Amino acid sequence: MKWTRDQMAARVARDIPEGAYVNLGIGLPTLVANHLAREKEIFLHSENGLLGMGPAPPPGQEDWDLTNAGKQPVTLVTGGSFFSHADSFAMIRGGHIDICVLGAFQVSVTGDLANWHTGEADTIPAVGGAMDLAVGARKVYVMMEHVTKKAEPKIVERCTYPLTAARCVSRIYTDLAVLDITPDGLSLVDIVDGLAFEEVERVTGRIAKR
Amino acid sequence: MTKVVASAAEAVGDIRDGATILVGGFGMAGMPARLMDALISHGARDLTIVSNNAGNGDTGLAALLKTKRVKKIVCSFPRQADSYVFDGLFRAGEIALEVVPQGNLVERIRAAGAGIGAFYTPTGHGTLLADGKETRTIDGRDYVLEYPIRADVAIIKAFKADRWGNLIYRKAARNFGPVMAMAAACTIAQVDEVVTLGALDPESIVTPGIFVHRVVHI
Repeated sequence: MKWTRDQMAARVARDIPEGAYVNLGIGLPTLVANHLAREKEIFLHSENGLLGMGPAPPPGQEDWDLTNAGKQPVTLVTGGSFFSHADSFAMIRGGHIDICVLGAFQVSVTGDLANWHTGEADTIPAVGGAMDLAVGARKVYVMMEHVTKKAEPKIVERCTYPLTAARCVSRIYTDLAVLDITPDGLSLVDIVDGLAFEEVERVTGRIAKR
Repeated sequence: MTKVVASAAEAVGDIRDGATILVGGFGMAGMPARLMDALISHGARDLTIVSNNAGNGDTGLAALLKTKRVKKIVCSFPRQADSYVFDGLFRAGEIALEVVPQGNLVERIRAAGAGIGAFYTPTGHGTLLADGKETRTIDGRDYVLEYPIRADVAIIKAFKADRWGNLIYRKAARNFGPVMAMAAACTIAQVDEVVTLGALDPESIVTPGIFVHRVVHI
């Protein structure tokens, strides 16, 4: 029993309030945009210099001067704006972005985030805006599979991958559950319908029930 | 007084071996590809390039890297689906890489342009990218000391310019342009259109001409 990627995205989207300034990371978090309720006005920020980012254009109408942080063609909603990278990262580092949703390799129970580098010798490191978003957004949500493809936990006591930032994550959305990171440890917010709480704890460690 | 030069070749003609060059663009949006081509023809070598990415496909910055005249690249996100030119050079040990978080990268460039000696940033604290750097706790928050990135030349792309070098950009192709323009001894802008003085709305000029030294209409 698991949430699909789209169900995870819909679950994240439900928690984003009207009027929020939001940055969605590359990969899984990008899907959240497809599930934001039309009746809510939410401002999507893209670190390359867009506020009010809209969906992908129809085929044939791509404008390669209008791309997102993943360099894919996007659109701008009515009322949207363009600005330089300095302004864009002032928005991020200055605490103006309400919510950032990021993917992760690992998250620790104290909210440390590892999502930029596996640390393996033959990989080329690339960080982009991940470290800025992790320290700068008012709330950092992580969206990821609960365990790796080899069934290893991704929610850990201490990250073994190189850190993106320490103590920055406030909530984790996985394919099994939604967990808050609190000063007392993990706390259950939501769980897949019909999935036993003990089953989630078995692949996570201790979780407080609300 | 005009900053408009006749050709891309003339615009890059005095770039010296060993120069540090800021290259605008985020991926291919805002990449001054024609000036990259001119720089390749010009032949300057032992260059240090500062850019968000390390080239895409075979054009623009990637084409310059392919000539092996770049000894070092400073960027936030070198590894991409189409960065095979850089990947090959890096794995062969033929190019040095400094990875800088994107916000620190743009702020280090901005600091150079704004005359700031160094700055404390929260980004990167406690990570590999802050190893060996000075840190400080200010009001209970941890910061890393980062230094400006000054350059000999900035090569950027804009949408329209006038003969004084005032620039406007097009959509998200603006990205690093306005910041890089401030931070180099010589800023060269490739533009789609040169308009008459006064045609750009003063309320909407993004990069004032004081930051721009040469304009080339491509």
